[in-house]
Amino acid sequence: MTPARTDARLRAAQARKIREFITPEGIDLELRIASASLRLGALVIDLALIVVALILFTILMLWAGFASRSTIMLSIWMLGGFVLRNFWFIGFELGQRAATPGKRLMGIRVVARDGGRLTADAVVARNLIRELELFLPLTMLSVSAAEDMAGAWTALFGFGWALTLSLFPLFNRDRMRMGDLIAGTWVVMAQRRKLDRDMASGEAAHQVAFSDAELAVYGIFELQELERVLRTADAKQMREVADTIRGKIGRPVAEEDDVFLTSYYRQLKTRLERQLLFGKRREDKYASD
Amino acid sequence: MDAAVPTNETPAFSTARFRDEREADWIAFDALLTRLERRGAKALSSDELLQLPLLYRATLSSLSIARATSLDKALLDHLEALSIRGYFLIYGVRESRLGRLKRFFLHDWPAAVRALWKETLIVALILILGVATSWLLVAHDPEWYFHFIPEELSGGRDPRASVEFLRSTIGHGKAPDGEDGMLHVFATYLFTHNSRVSIMAFALGFAFGVPTMILEFYQGLSLGAMLAVFSGKGLGVEFGGWLFIHGTTELFAATLAGAAGLKIGTAVVFPGARGRLDAAAAAGRTAGKVMVGVIVMLLAAGLLEGFGRQLVTDTLVRYGIGTLMLLFWLGYYYLPRRSALP
Repeated sequence: MTPARTDARLRAAQARKIREFITPEGIDLELRIASASLRLGALVIDLALIVVALILFTILMLWAGFASRSTIMLSIWMLGGFVLRNFWFIGFELGQRAATPGKRLMGIRVVARDGGRLTADAVVARNLIRELELFLPLTMLSVSAAEDMAGAWTALFGFGWALTLSLFPLFNRDRMRMGDLIAGTWVVMAQRRKLDRDMASGEAAHQVAFSDAELAVYGIFELQELERVLRTADAKQMREVADTIRGKIGRPVAEEDDVFLTSYYRQLKTRLERQLLFGKRREDKYASD
Repeated sequence: MDAAVPTNETPAFSTARFRDEREADWIAFDALLTRLERRGAKALSSDELLQLPLLYRATLSSLSIARATSLDKALLDHLEALSIRGYFLIYGVRESRLGRLKRFFLHDWPAAVRALWKETLIVALILILGVATSWLLVAHDPEWYFHFIPEELSGGRDPRASVEFLRSTIGHGKAPDGEDGMLHVFATYLFTHNSRVSIMAFALGFAFGVPTMILEFYQGLSLGAMLAVFSGKGLGVEFGGWLFIHGTTELFAATLAGAAGLKIGTAVVFPGARGRLDAAAAAGRTAGKVMVGVIVMLLAAGLLEGFGRQLVTDTLVRYGIGTLMLLFWLGYYYLPRRSALP
């Protein structure tokens, strides 16, 4: 496969995750569907937090139970466990950020599919289904471990069936679980991004000038990769990239890498943005100039 | 830039100037959003609240300009993330928690239950069918009892037991284990267990409602078998009271949970004029409200079962409480009332 095709395919794969989401102001927010691995990561974090909370709660209740010598703590413990298990997700997703701590760490959140506001009933519906997706396979598995052979086979079959429910998100484009499907919700990326400094502004002391032909070899994709390299500011990486560019446009090593790269970045950006103003978007170096 | 490279001269519009002019707005918007997320609308003064939509629109406008003119990825990503955050906060929840709670209990919950009346009837019929089936079978041949209730779960309450023993299990005569101090533990256990079964009945609904109906039928079967055993020994009325005090609430809740599951199942099979996904989503929201109500009902049932039933042993009073509860739920759900709050 040619590099051009690989690039195009990569971009198409990313575009497939973008969903049109038009605000009343008429702007498309281009929400990106959260990947299955991010969702799994968020779930694992949440479950770990629930277990930790449960252990702390158990210790507290044990201490309180022994101190007060009453059995009421046993009831509180059972109720607390129930509430924690069922309302951890519901409680957090009803909050302003519509995300559990695990989801927040992964930078994802729940939104209503129709663009409306996320209602409490949708949050409840999507999380009660979790009982089926998550805890049913686990129950089946523990039963299969305990039963005799014939029972074990049935349980294993049940586990397989239950697993298809759990793996449901992998079989649809929107990575919806059963709960999302029924509640009419999506889980999308909601990362916070710092506003980084503008690489194109600032003092331009040792500006290296490039000719139009030298700038014409790259497109937007390469420009943004260069931007990433400049922001990371890793000397080894910068050397590699600078050498590649020098090789491509046939320039000798005459200046510092960062000066060279910054100048090239600024002039390439100006050139491409100018084209953009005239309605021409050159996606990458394979596209015609 | 020097004259040797004429294509690189700065155009009249430059993205650097665009950023310089607007950056202050983005930073102000970001700061307001952060405070709003942390402490809610209380954290903002009325001036700042008025600023919020202006800054939001300014940010959205910046985003569309940036998309059309800028190639600075960090800038684009930041504006996009900021707009998404702002959109969901500004178009998000508009009611206070207290207002939402009030609305739920006064309007949303009973309305959602009313919307499920057809499913509720069907599930109730299935439950009654289950009761009738096992009652007839067990009354005809007591051996059937062990098909419906596993021996280790019945705790000796089976057709071979004596009348005195059966009487003692329903709180007349000598109590089987006089541990009054553990009542609340018992009540809690019943509540959490029943809630799980109900959540399951609801969650299984999307498989076209079939597992939900089986689960409800099964619940009816074990109930009917017990009824047959007790009435066979002439304890029917007492057992009825033992069951009635909490059973009206608990079985009503179980029926509603089943109905909620069935609603989703039927919406998937018969979506009507809408797409299947939309129909399922709409049904899911109604069912979600009902399920919150079901959990509240089960909490009440657990209290009645754990405390009420052990403390009240008079059969007539038990029937009275059970009937009152049933009337209360029926009135709360189905009595006509003025429609939605504004």
